[in-house]
Amino acid sequence: MTPFTFARASDVPEAVRLGAQPQAKFLGGGTNLVDLMREAVEQPATLVDVTGLSTAIEERADGSLLVGAGVKNTALAAHPAVRERYPLLSRAIVAGASAQIRNMATVGGNILQRTRCAYFYDLDGARCNKRTPGQGCDAIDGFNRMHAVLGGSTSCVATHPSDMCVALVALDASVHLQGSDGARSMPLTDLHRLPEDHPERDTVLAPGELITAIELPPLPLAAHSSYRKVRDRSSYAFALVSVAAAIDVRDGVVQDVRLALGGVGTRPWRAWQAEAELRGQPATEAAFRTAAALEMAQAQPLRENGFKIALVQRAIVAVLAQLTGETS
Amino acid sequence: MPATISINGAARALPDDPRVSLLDFLRDHLHLSGAKKGCNQGACGACTVLADGERILSCMALAVQYEGRAITSIEGVATDGALHPLQQAFIDHDGFQCGYCTPGQICSAIGMAAELRRGVPSYVTGDVAQDVIALSHDELRERMSGNLCRCGAYNGIVAAITEEYGEVAP
Repeated sequence: MTPFTFARASDVPEAVRLGAQPQAKFLGGGTNLVDLMREAVEQPATLVDVTGLSTAIEERADGSLLVGAGVKNTALAAHPAVRERYPLLSRAIVAGASAQIRNMATVGGNILQRTRCAYFYDLDGARCNKRTPGQGCDAIDGFNRMHAVLGGSTSCVATHPSDMCVALVALDASVHLQGSDGARSMPLTDLHRLPEDHPERDTVLAPGELITAIELPPLPLAAHSSYRKVRDRSSYAFALVSVAAAIDVRDGVVQDVRLALGGVGTRPWRAWQAEAELRGQPATEAAFRTAAALEMAQAQPLRENGFKIALVQRAIVAVLAQLTGETS
Repeated sequence: MPATISINGAARALPDDPRVSLLDFLRDHLHLSGAKKGCNQGACGACTVLADGERILSCMALAVQYEGRAITSIEGVATDGALHPLQQAFIDHDGFQCGYCTPGQICSAIGMAAELRRGVPSYVTGDVAQDVIALSHDELRERMSGNLCRCGAYNGIVAAITEEYGEVAP
């Protein structure tokens, strides 16, 4: 591992000041960054430990929930308000990694984790535009069974690996940021970039900008929600496909719906088109199938991952059918 | 005063080099070789220890990040020379073959029991909002999925953990 300087930030202004140094990186639980440093994929000159900052979960009077970026994944999944009001988020978090890793990993670090594309990790043996801009991509014509069918480019087809983020984008979560130029917030759906010609930039964060919190708006339909993950083994594996869904049905008609997909996109994938198609439709399996097909019509399969297109559609239909009591 | 970390109840000076993982600190600096280096990348669970009672992977942890925290490794779970009841249960049920994963399995299961008491849900928990979660066979397997056993001693491991925590009170 390349030598680095370690600094623990005692508050957000200090973290932002330390994070503004050249080649500084913020350190959460380290479950991804430490591994990448060991593989020399990441070689920061300074690590700024921000795990002691923003560790509160605040239930606010307007019904929103403000989650500090330093909250551990386990603590968020186990929080009573999350389990009652946003069960899909609890389920998504405990679908990810292992219990040990969830005890270490922070909310901010989960959002900013890098792809698990094997070529991204293979410093000596593979080309990767995300790791080394302009080098080329060995995944597009290589072993790409795990890769994205949505949002890819001719530069990169790596998936975003998070389960938690799939639930968060379904919930209209926003992310609070602090940089040396001040604070701002944005919808989480706007934080992660599509790779386009610059896959090395996962997000729209400015250099040194720190995630301080996630805000979940009050969303009554989220009390009736779920998360389903399909993977190669039944636990402790990344998603082949996953579905986060919340739905409100009255008199057999879809009043409102939130739908997001994991394992298929280059970023946590909010299924805007399927949602728009479903609103006002009868809550039937036929309508779910039509909406799922519409969302996936834009999919671009590679040599080995075409199965995801059919698999995710079946998963969408199954989750919506389960939530609405339609037998599948 | 140098920065310290508590290891099995004793204050220890942290390493000067921030690259030292908590696992290497335990094994190479303190010669506590119970926690094992299986994969060194967070995939196998053999390095599991407890940090303030919560199970973590010591291979992915930088020792300096745990300044002031209380770490318990397998060497610290016995009391006054008496085995932890779960250690005895592993012996009684043959919960190992080669033994390499065993310290991690035991530390992990101790942490798992604390999570159950706190009502932490798992992916197989039917209703994540429920307060009381019983340690069913499926719950145990899911909650212990971060600890691999290459000998395949899972039946004995499950039996040992079930004996100790199968009736965990909320």
